[in-house]
Amino acid sequence: MAQTLVEQIISHAAGRPVRAGELVVVPVDLAMAVDSIAPSIIRILREDLGKERVMDPDRVAIVIDHVAPPSTVAVAEAQAALRRFAAEQGIRHFFDVGRGVCHQVLVEERLAAPGRIVVGSDSHSTSYGAVGALGTGMGASDVALIWATGRTWLRVPETIRVEVQGRFRPGVGAKDLALWLAGRIGADGAAYQALEFHGVEAFSLAQRFTLCNLAVEMGAKVGITFPSGEVADQFPPPDWLHLPAEDAPYARRVVCPLDDIGPQIAVPPHVDQVVDLEALGRVPVDVVFLGSCTNGRLEDLRTAAAILRGRRVARGVRFLVCPASHRVLEAAAAEGTLQVLLEAGAVLLPPGCGPCLGRHLGVLGPGEVCLSTANRNFRGRMGSPEARIYLGSPAVAAATALAGTIAAPDISLDEA
Amino acid sequence: MARVWTFGSNVDTDQILPGRFAPYLVGEENLGKYPFCELRPEFAREVRPGDLIAAGANFGCGSSREYAPLALKRVGVGAILAPSFARIFYRNALNLGIPLFEVPWTGELCDGEVVTLDLARGLLLTDHGVYRLPEPPAFVRAIWEAGGLVAYVRRHGRFPGEEARP
Repeated sequence: MAQTLVEQIISHAAGRPVRAGELVVVPVDLAMAVDSIAPSIIRILREDLGKERVMDPDRVAIVIDHVAPPSTVAVAEAQAALRRFAAEQGIRHFFDVGRGVCHQVLVEERLAAPGRIVVGSDSHSTSYGAVGALGTGMGASDVALIWATGRTWLRVPETIRVEVQGRFRPGVGAKDLALWLAGRIGADGAAYQALEFHGVEAFSLAQRFTLCNLAVEMGAKVGITFPSGEVADQFPPPDWLHLPAEDAPYARRVVCPLDDIGPQIAVPPHVDQVVDLEALGRVPVDVVFLGSCTNGRLEDLRTAAAILRGRRVARGVRFLVCPASHRVLEAAAAEGTLQVLLEAGAVLLPPGCGPCLGRHLGVLGPGEVCLSTANRNFRGRMGSPEARIYLGSPAVAAATALAGTIAAPDISLDEA
Repeated sequence: MARVWTFGSNVDTDQILPGRFAPYLVGEENLGKYPFCELRPEFAREVRPGDLIAAGANFGCGSSREYAPLALKRVGVGAILAPSFARIFYRNALNLGIPLFEVPWTGELCDGEVVTLDLARGLLLTDHGVYRLPEPPAFVRAIWEAGGLVAYVRRHGRFPGEEARP
C-alpha cells in the first residue's frame, strides 16, 4: 500500500504500518529545547515527573538562541542553569550563545536527518522536513515527557500533496512560494496535516528549509520534502524511505505554478494576508531585518549582497542582518558576502533568533514599520503592538533597504 | 455560572501571551498577569475561575509556547470553544488538562453573557438555548481526569492508550 512520507516515517518508528488518523505512541530520535522553554521543561521533568535524569542524553539537544546573548540578569542566570544541567546530565548536543538558530544548528550538526522523528520546543521545528525528517513543534510538557520516557504521542496526520510546477521567475524564491501558498490555503489551511512538497528536485537545502519552516504558518504539523538532487548527496535517505507515489492517500492536492508567482508580501498582522508586491502601494520602512530560521542562510545573504553590491541602504533605514548560524557567518565572511553587506550599511547581529521575537537586538517602537525576512507579522511580535511587520524574501529585503520603501528587486542585478 | 469572553479568528499566541512577557523574562509566578494583556487589557483583571473563551477559527496559531495556555489555566479558564484550534495550542492545552471543544457555533455566543458549562452532561446552557458539546475521545477524557498528561504518565507509567510497559 502506498504511504505518504509521514506515514512511512511513523510506521517505521511504530514498528507496524500506520494510516492517517491513527493515534500512536512512538520513540523520538531527538527532542530539542531552546533557552526560553528549557527552564520550564527541566522544572516539569524534576518536580512534576520526579525524574532526576533524562532517559538518553544523546537524544536531547539544547540550543541557546532565543535571547542570545542574554538581555537581563534573570536570563543570564537561566542560561547558566542550562549549562549546568547539560554538564550534569552528560548532554553532548548543547549549543551555546552564538552557535545559531536551533533549526539551522540541528541540520548543520546532522541531528536532523532523513526518516528521523525530531521534536523541538519551537513551532518552526517543521524545518527538519528540508532533509526528509519528520520535524514538529511541541510544548514544554511534551518535551519533558520525551526527555523522561523517550516517547511521545502523535496523531498520524493527513497529508496535502503540494505540486510545484515550472521555474522561479528572476528575483523570486522559496519565500515567495511559501507566502503565496499561505495566502492561497490560509493560516489554518493545513491544520493538523502534513504538507508534502513535490516538484522540488532542483531546490537547494536552503530553499527547502524556507518552505518547510513556513509550513507551520499554514497550521501544518509537518512540512516535508523527499531528499533528492543536491540534498540527497548530503542527506541520503535510508533504504526504507521512498518518494511517495501519486496514488498515496492524500487529503488533497495543491498546484503551485511558479511561472505565475512574483514577489509576495505578507501584510500585518497575519501571515496569510498575502499580496503581490506590485499591488502593495508605497510603504516606507524604518527597519529591514534579514535573518531568522526562515531566511538567515548563506544563500539568503548572497541574494541580498548581489542586490546591495556597491550601493548604500537608504538614509534612515536600519538594516539588521542576523546570520542563522556561526557557520553561515564564517562562510559569509570568508567569501566576501559579509563585506558587501557591511559596506552597504548593514548592522551585524550575533547568530541566533535576533529581533524576530521581540525580546532583544532590535525591538520595534510604536508606529515603526519593519520589512522582515522572518516568519511572523503578528501584532506585537517584534515589540510594540503599534509597530507593523511586513514579511518578504531576502531579495525584497535588500531592494527595500536600498529604496527605503518596500520594493521589488531589480532583476537585472539579481543573480538568483 | 461563567462569563463568556469572545474573540475573533486567528488569535495567535502573541495575542494570548506576548513573547515579551514570557516566564523566562518576567518570572513564572507572574504569568497570570499577562494573558491577552495587549488585546484585551481588562481580561486578566476581570476573568473569574470557570469563565469560558469562545473564539473564531484557528485559535492559538503561532508559537509552541505552552505558557500561553498555561496562563489561561493559571487564571482558571474553564473551557475554550472554537470552530478549530491551531495544532500545537490544542496539544498544549489538552496536555495541561484544559477542556477544549471544537464547535461551529461560537459566533452565536455574546461577549459578557453568563452561561453554565455542564461538562458531565456535555452541555452549555445559555439564555438563548442549550448547546451540545462533542463527546471527547477516551484519550482526551483520560488526560482530563488525570489533570493533565504529565500527571497521567506519572501515575500510570505510560501514555493513555499505550499498553502497559514492563
